[in-house]
Amino acid sequence: MASVTFKHITKKFGDFTALDDLNIDIIDKEFLVLVGPSGCGKTTALRCLAGLEEVSDGEVLIGDKVVNDIPPKDRDIAMVFQSYALYPHMSVYDNMAFGLKLRHIPKDEIERRVEESAKTLGIEHLLKRKPRELSGGQRQRVAVGRAIVREPKVFLFDEPLSNLDAKLRVQTRAEISKLHHRLQTTFIYVTHDQTEAMTMASRIAVMNKGILQQLDTPQTLYDKPNNQFVAGFIGSPAMNFFPAKLKKEDSTLFADCGAFSVKIPDEKFSTYAPHAGKEVIFGIRPEDVHNPEYVPVGIHAAPVEAKVEVTELMGNEIFLYLVSGASYIARVDPRTRFTFGQHVQVMFNMDNFHIFDPSVDKENPIAIR
Amino acid sequence: MKRDKINKFFSRIPKHIIILFVLVIWITPTLGLLITSLRPVQDINTSGWWMILKPRDDIASQQNLPKFTLNNYIDALVGYRGTRNYVSDCENGTAPLDMRCNAADILNPRGMIRALLNSLIVTIPATILPILFAAFAGYAFSWLDFKGRTLLFAILVGLQVVPLQMTMVPISRAYSTLGLNGTFLGVWLFHTGFGMPYAIYLMRNFLGSLPKDLFESAYLDGASHWTAFVQLAIPLAIPAIASLGIFQFLWVWNDLLVSLVFLGGTKPVITYQIANMVSSLGAGWHLLTAAAFLSMLLPIVVFFALQKYFVKGMLAGAVKG
Repeated sequence: MASVTFKHITKKFGDFTALDDLNIDIIDKEFLVLVGPSGCGKTTALRCLAGLEEVSDGEVLIGDKVVNDIPPKDRDIAMVFQSYALYPHMSVYDNMAFGLKLRHIPKDEIERRVEESAKTLGIEHLLKRKPRELSGGQRQRVAVGRAIVREPKVFLFDEPLSNLDAKLRVQTRAEISKLHHRLQTTFIYVTHDQTEAMTMASRIAVMNKGILQQLDTPQTLYDKPNNQFVAGFIGSPAMNFFPAKLKKEDSTLFADCGAFSVKIPDEKFSTYAPHAGKEVIFGIRPEDVHNPEYVPVGIHAAPVEAKVEVTELMGNEIFLYLVSGASYIARVDPRTRFTFGQHVQVMFNMDNFHIFDPSVDKENPIAIR
Repeated sequence: MKRDKINKFFSRIPKHIIILFVLVIWITPTLGLLITSLRPVQDINTSGWWMILKPRDDIASQQNLPKFTLNNYIDALVGYRGTRNYVSDCENGTAPLDMRCNAADILNPRGMIRALLNSLIVTIPATILPILFAAFAGYAFSWLDFKGRTLLFAILVGLQVVPLQMTMVPISRAYSTLGLNGTFLGVWLFHTGFGMPYAIYLMRNFLGSLPKDLFESAYLDGASHWTAFVQLAIPLAIPAIASLGIFQFLWVWNDLLVSLVFLGGTKPVITYQIANMVSSLGAGWHLLTAAAFLSMLLPIVVFFALQKYFVKGMLAGAVKG
């Protein structure tokens, strides 16, 4: 059990900067998820912590000890690899006991620990088998088992669910969460899947192009993304974005998106008034676009004309692919009866919208709050 | 369904004929060797091995000799060079001076038993050493990070183009100052040196194609490089090691040139011994064929024991998986 700190970590591969001045404080017993698209540096960060890569600059701390020059075997961390990396010529038991044997733990203690972990993971009947005789899900459990018998200070997971089928993934997700509650150890988990991040993490670190975009609890990330990248990455379907202009008329503020214009509620006037006249990005989540018939009470709704392109019935909801100047997605009440090609009116929930300012960083506009 | 099978059968016939043809070409000389080696010397001198089914009308049949005999093998094994054969000479007490007609004949320096022993003494270390070193080097080239790794590997692979014949004179001179001429150690070193470039190349490619995660997982589990090498790399590289083993074993076993130059007649190996079986006038076919067949036995055993790896190993490094 230990905290983990990345202090100004930079990692370069030749000319390519994989990690750029990364600072993360991971609290003891936390479940931190590193999430981002492929090539964003999340796995590199994990490998730097494991000691499998040397950092180019900065310090990695486990507890309050700088581990930059400590080899992986002495860092007291265990890692579950995406490929599981089970030793193919050893039985499940030997796979799990390998790390303990190398640490010269007495034989009966090894036996006790392996059997105990195997039991909690439900793989005690597989101990004599070779990895090639196991299914994907069983292999994944063995890989987790091999990590937990070591009783390390920190657990690292590198996309451990990406080789499982959808159903098993959901189930294993819950099991890893349970495991975290039971072991009360620091978990650091890398994934490209924002659903995994949202469901398991106590905090999420969103990364892109080697730079930490935002580090916060799942709910805060969802409600208050710092920038357009985070806003678009967290949430599924992704947030809709419209290029817009903030227009001030008398004492009202409008977001003019060209094909339509929505009024900014008066409570938020003071926040956005200083930016009046600016070109911005207007963002709204699909669930904040409503069918006028089923608008929840007490919200500031703004009507928008739209053309229906596609409707997808999900059972508990309907995804509408709409066009109002730009195309976007709405997630509406399942009683909605819009049809293909129909011109309809939808309601934007103006209590939940986001404005991003591209004037500083054109690639990744930051949120105005 | 049935028609498909028949069609398939007929479409395969040309392929089968070609395979059969190649097989016959390859097996005929070996068969001839075996049959000849089992015939009495008188028969060998009067008719070819393909005539064995014909009734005999020569001296051999007049003497009422058996059609097949193991005498050639016995003569070759003990190195008998008389005019009749070892067994009858010993019975009649007319054996040549170098035959004692007791267990001591086994170690007769002109016999095949002695040569087989020498060959084993040469071959076993000359097979194990280069593979062992190549495994170390292959691991280092794949999983240890050090400066100039790629360049060093390229040079090592490039060394394969040096023909060993070219180095014989300089090495022989070096050996004579070191006192290694005529010693087994000298031959071991020579074969190790010339076996290693290819062995390293193959081992590196094989070990390098193993998943990186496996080794990283082992390091995190607390393994040093030595542990990872012994407990992970070696067991997983068994197919590559086995195929290298076969290649190197056959090469050293069948080598005449190196052992002729560095061991010569002081410690004759089988190839050297066989070459000396035939007299300058071409007589001694009965001994030559028996000796040749004896020399084939061990490689055949090795091949069949490891042939599962042989096919696998030829693909090793070429195809991943």
